[in-house]
Amino acid sequence: MQFMCLIYNAEDNGPQPGTEEFGPYMQGYMDFTEEVREAGKLLGGEALQSVSTATTVSVRGGKTEVVDGPFAETKEQLGGFYILDCKDLDEALAYAAKIPDAAYGRVEVRPVMIFD
Amino acid sequence: MLPPVQTQSLVARLIREDWGRILSSLVASTGDFALAEDSLQDAVVSALEVWSKDGAPRNPDAWLITVARRKALDRIRRSQVADRKSSELALWLEQHHSDPEDREMTIPDHRLELIFTCCHPALEEKSRVALTLRALGGLSTEEIANAFLDKPAAMAARLTRAKHKLGAAGVAFKLPDPQDIAERTDTVLSVVYLIFTEGCHATNGEMMRENLVQEAIRLGRILTSLLPDHAEAKGLLALMLLSDSRRLTRRGDSGEFVPLEAQNRARWDQARISEGVALTEAALRHAPAGRYGLQAAISAVHAQAKSFKETDWPQIVALYDVLYGRFPNPILRINQALALSYANSPEAGLRLLASVEGEGKLASYQPFHACRADLLARLGRHLEAAESYRAAIALSRAPEEASFLETRLSALRLN
Repeated sequence: MQFMCLIYNAEDNGPQPGTEEFGPYMQGYMDFTEEVREAGKLLGGEALQSVSTATTVSVRGGKTEVVDGPFAETKEQLGGFYILDCKDLDEALAYAAKIPDAAYGRVEVRPVMIFD
Repeated sequence: MLPPVQTQSLVARLIREDWGRILSSLVASTGDFALAEDSLQDAVVSALEVWSKDGAPRNPDAWLITVARRKALDRIRRSQVADRKSSELALWLEQHHSDPEDREMTIPDHRLELIFTCCHPALEEKSRVALTLRALGGLSTEEIANAFLDKPAAMAARLTRAKHKLGAAGVAFKLPDPQDIAERTDTVLSVVYLIFTEGCHATNGEMMRENLVQEAIRLGRILTSLLPDHAEAKGLLALMLLSDSRRLTRRGDSGEFVPLEAQNRARWDQARISEGVALTEAALRHAPAGRYGLQAAISAVHAQAKSFKETDWPQIVALYDVLYGRFPNPILRINQALALSYANSPEAGLRLLASVEGEGKLASYQPFHACRADLLARLGRHLEAAESYRAAIALSRAPEEASFLETRLSALRLN
């Protein structure tokens, strides 16, 4: 099964660039990515630019409306994701718990819908 | 041919006793919780019809499984979902088609997988409890709704949501992985204990809620048989049995609350006590002792005391110390303070209570004030005792609790 791990955190929470903790934190991401790649679990994953770069678009009555900012103004924002190929939810949750931001923010795990 | 009433009672008994085993076997073969349950429900309806017409089969369990599998196949075909998973399942079910009269069929027991699935942490706690009662205990949705004072429709929706999530979220029907097993077993035990405490809080006349206690004990027995080496499973069953041994004496003739010191010990259930004590000893043989084992040990000391006066209070105080050391919860100090008041003196009990006074939400916790009131009254500090009794009465949720405290309050000399 494919699972998407959605990484949520407040941007001012957790290790910040320029601090001593930031290096090990980023190394944590590199190690995690390497681990899931090695294990053959990694299907994809990206980090996203800051939420200040977000633009939200909607179409109503054929009219496109563009708004500056994220989909919803919440404290914790989507900061990145992984898509992992796991045998079941337990395995996906075990990997999700190893994502460095699980220790600061939260990681939502959702199965990917497969159309076959 | 069986008369209809006999068929009904046979089916009712099967549902009570074998529902979990039959369902677990069906979930294991179909991999689909909701489909397995719906199909088993269909098979039960068929059983009521066919058995009263043709008589009961030699192996009713096997009959139900076979018919349920056929019903599952019907359901898959009807639903016309033509994905790969369904067609594989349909194929499997066709190949495993057997004669419902086949006596030789043995039913593999997958109840342990079923319990772990029902108690999966991905489900909300209340859903875990409801699903466990439904799947393992064979209780109907209405019975579960009554037990939790919920509307049947709301409970049905909750169960449907939970089963849907199990299927869609990728929860596998399996035993937990080795690294998760300890934590997941704790979750299962806490679900059973929650069912038990929910039943203990039943007030008079709430029959279905009182049944939860027996239901929890039944689940506890299933767990100890499925996990024969698990000390805490034994500890939990022991705790429930020992507590239940005093069920009949906890209330007086008119439903009023009877405290431990006034209970008629001759009416304590000795069979429950000896079974509970033996299980407690077995649970404590494995170090370190767990929370249920330790609480069972405390309950066992009470159960074995000839009278309230002859209770081994120092032993109880010591057990609470071990328990508090492992699981520091200020609520434990309340019962310990009471034990200490008999082992040592009411002043010592009050000092212990004072040490946790500001912690947690004890200020709004009824037993804290009730205990304090009792200790103060025994010291002759009646004015202060009255104040604590009034605080406890205001916080009482059950009317019989409040009226018991009212009686105590009115016995004080307040001038």
